[in-house]
Amino acid sequence: MTAPADGPAIRVVDLVKRYPGRPPVDAVRGLSLEVRRGECFGLLGPNGAGKTTTVEILEGLLAPTSGVVEVLGMRWDRDERSLRERIGVSLQETRLSDKLTVAETIRLFRAFYATGIDPDEALDMVGLRAKGAARVGAVSGGERQRLAVATAIVGWPELLFLDEPTTGLDPQSRRQVWDLVERCRGCGHTVLLTTHFMDEAERLCDRLAIVDAGRIIAAGRPADLVRDSGAEDLDELFLKLAGRRLSETSGPAPAG
Amino acid sequence: MHSSTAPDPPRGPTPPRPAAPPLTRRGGHSALVELVRVRLLEFLREPEVVFWVYGFPVLLVATLGIAYRERPVPAVRVDVADGPAAAADAAALATPSAGTEPSVRPIAEGLERLRTGRTDLVAERVAAGAADAVPGAAAGFRYHFDPARPESVLARDRAADALERASGRRDLLTAEDVPQTAPGGRYIDFLVPGLMALSLMSGGLWGVGFITVELRIRKLLKRFIATPMRRWQFLVSIMLGRMLLMIPEMLLLLLFARWTFGVRVFGSGWAVALLVLLGSLCFSGLGLLVASRAKTLEAVSGALNVVMLPMWLTSGVFFPRERYPEAVQPFLRALPLTALVDALRAVMLEGRPLPGCTADVATLLAWTVAAFAVALRIFRWV
Repeated sequence: MTAPADGPAIRVVDLVKRYPGRPPVDAVRGLSLEVRRGECFGLLGPNGAGKTTTVEILEGLLAPTSGVVEVLGMRWDRDERSLRERIGVSLQETRLSDKLTVAETIRLFRAFYATGIDPDEALDMVGLRAKGAARVGAVSGGERQRLAVATAIVGWPELLFLDEPTTGLDPQSRRQVWDLVERCRGCGHTVLLTTHFMDEAERLCDRLAIVDAGRIIAAGRPADLVRDSGAEDLDELFLKLAGRRLSETSGPAPAG
Repeated sequence: MHSSTAPDPPRGPTPPRPAAPPLTRRGGHSALVELVRVRLLEFLREPEVVFWVYGFPVLLVATLGIAYRERPVPAVRVDVADGPAAAADAAALATPSAGTEPSVRPIAEGLERLRTGRTDLVAERVAAGAADAVPGAAAGFRYHFDPARPESVLARDRAADALERASGRRDLLTAEDVPQTAPGGRYIDFLVPGLMALSLMSGGLWGVGFITVELRIRKLLKRFIATPMRRWQFLVSIMLGRMLLMIPEMLLLLLFARWTFGVRVFGSGWAVALLVLLGSLCFSGLGLLVASRAKTLEAVSGALNVVMLPMWLTSGVFFPRERYPEAVQPFLRALPLTALVDALRAVMLEGRPLPGCTADVATLLAWTVAAFAVALRIFRWV
């Protein structure tokens, strides 16, 4: 049932993604990284850095142009069925059906997985149990986003991908998502998340990679990165490396 | 009381590991069942869609059934040109057996009314020996009518007949009239199978095509394939949902037509059910095909209209497709809507058993298989 527990959860070597067009767009240009099992790994970078492209390749939703991608020791072209059962995904933008209730939505996603947790349990973990009977169209944006995260964990995945899980969330919803990420990691799951919030990266991630223009410009433990570079914080580190501030290039700050 | 002075319990370096919730196996409900279930729930929670799907076909039957209801051919209108004998002629035309509605008017006004379709005939008395009369002929009538209008031609014959009788003609043969108005041959009987097929087409194409593109736009298709859900499960669920929704739609239409207009099914009900199922499958498949690449609702709407409009017009839903030239009939017969309309009419009106519709069934099956095969190959999930 479980994948070989040795080896990294994710191994990426020299990943390139080129979108055809005139001129072709290189979204990812030779990115390599390793995510260890049981850690929370962050991809930190501004919008358009190639984070989402990278994550969607790791999720098996996009084909890489070139490079090696191994997830849980498996490969997408050979082991898709097995991998799908073991990973959980929260996309950056998914509009779940407004006409369904929160409970119906989570129940639907639970039915996709052979094993997983009770749908109510998943709602509990994102603080939505009381909202089970409410239509998705009637709950707040933060609650919808937490529901999207709940659909990613209801199959109780070994590896959880969260693409900008807290973008646009109010502080309370952010904290709830953070608690959930910590709980998942506490249960031995591997988490890969993308964010452009430094406080989120610092608080949640055991290690992180700073991505800019399709490449990793720095990687390591958040504290080490700051200390070794002599910068004051991650923001200043990014400024040093990329020549501009992360917060300047990012989207709007969370409400509240 | 004593707890206030008690020291805090020593904190460990890390908080206790949170307990993992118990893992469960998937219950009885499979992904396919859940997908169909949410599809139906979403449909039922959209009142205006429910109205269009269920109300519209019934409304169409009601409207057209009333417009083309069986009634005696209406009395035709005859304008009698003003003159000395006009009043007597009008009286002869006004008897019930004449079947005409006469009115006396100046000839110029009558001709103007004929030209604009407000009367069907202008009867002008011509005296014997008049300047413009046929030389040597007895007194008579000149009939102004439009040979391209059936009611105008009818008016001419009725008026001539009534006026002849009024002048003393005696009929040599007896005529016994036996009216035939049994169900089966009326316009409404012709229309109902056509409307059933039309509902199956719009329901399948719009129902499947629109939903699919909407889910693609909302990135739900992408979200779904990021789970272990099988792709065929999703496609089958969309079609199954459509088929389940189509059952009440067809029953409603058939029962309504039966109760209000006495429309009967002369063939086997099972044959009708099978054709309806096959039609629904075929048009769901075409809906998937049309929606397989579209990225916007505008694109899919345009494509759906391009597919549907020619069939609306040429498949013989509202009038027999035999009105089109013989040369195009093979093409019309190859259309899925034509095949479904023809087969439904053959079963419902002629009572033909299903094996008698092999060609139409084969056409529908061919479209179904081709549509699915291509749609599955080119379907855009992300």
